[in-house]
Amino acid sequence: MHELAVTESLLAIVVQSAKENRAQKVTDITLSIGALSSIIDDSVQFYWNHISKGTVAEKATLHFNRIPATMLCLDCSTEFTLEDDLIPCPNCDSINLNIIAGEEFQVDSIEIEKEEENNNETKS
Amino acid sequence: MKQRVEIVKRILDSNEQLAEQNRKKLDNHQVFAINVMASPGAGKTTFILQTIAKLSQSLRLGVIEGDTAPVTIDADKITAAGMPAVQINTGGDCHLDANMVGLAIDQLDLDEIDLLLIENVGNLICPAGFALGNHANILISSVPEGDDKPYKYPNIYRNIDVLIINKIDLLPYVDFRMDYFREGVEMLNPGLKTFAVSSKTGEGFENWIAWLQERVVGAQE
Repeated sequence: MHELAVTESLLAIVVQSAKENRAQKVTDITLSIGALSSIIDDSVQFYWNHISKGTVAEKATLHFNRIPATMLCLDCSTEFTLEDDLIPCPNCDSINLNIIAGEEFQVDSIEIEKEEENNNETKS
Repeated sequence: MKQRVEIVKRILDSNEQLAEQNRKKLDNHQVFAINVMASPGAGKTTFILQTIAKLSQSLRLGVIEGDTAPVTIDADKITAAGMPAVQINTGGDCHLDANMVGLAIDQLDLDEIDLLLIENVGNLICPAGFALGNHANILISSVPEGDDKPYKYPNIYRNIDVLIINKIDLLPYVDFRMDYFREGVEMLNPGLKTFAVSSKTGEGFENWIAWLQERVVGAQE
């Protein structure tokens, strides 16, 4: 739904980081996206292909590290992963739960290409 | 030469920084701001109008109206109720963001406002991700939408401070299992402050208004 705005923010972060590291090119970007964050990978990739054109990160590959929603039951300490629906604790049926993973929404790292600092080393 | 650069930064970090600026601006003028979110048709505007009607004697209010299209129906209703209202047209965007709200705040005389009500775009997905700089997030869930909403849109139930169950006057006519609904909410946001109201009849508003008044006064101390 709001993937365009999200992808624009992503591009700004990547371009900034590329500049700080004097990158010539960004080749790969790794993102952590929790299952509860309502972001659709394909949609981000689609916008990315368009808005990254002409930037240092054009044609960079996006890698989505999908993190499942994980709940902790505060009554019996069972940890369980949500598949589709929100469910009570499968062990004791409690609704006293904590979400311990699945809300991530961040850029983890980028891979960049840099110019060789010393051109003499390129003889080989 | 290839190199890996660790970043670890929240993708909407820049929005969050702008939201922080909005928050500071509001705090400097002792304005308490709430962000009202809901699906289309849940009764956001009627809820805001009812809240205005109950508070306009005791507090100075302002309203920011978010809409996806340049229609001023909602803002007109608010202005007709005698309140300063700024309309934000998101140009099709599905949510308000901190930048839009910042621009709207600058159009209001904050020294003349105690409570700012921000009506977000009708949507249960996108507004949840964008901080605006307000002090409390309010979600309105209305009875005719069904009792499965927390199960289908868990994210929006996570970062809210108050849940309003609206249109309770329709409970006799709709299959809405209150227990099932509340169980879903409890799993996502334990102990969430919840008020069941009818914005049409005004039923249940006393407790909501008392809660809100207390928070506004707290912001001014």
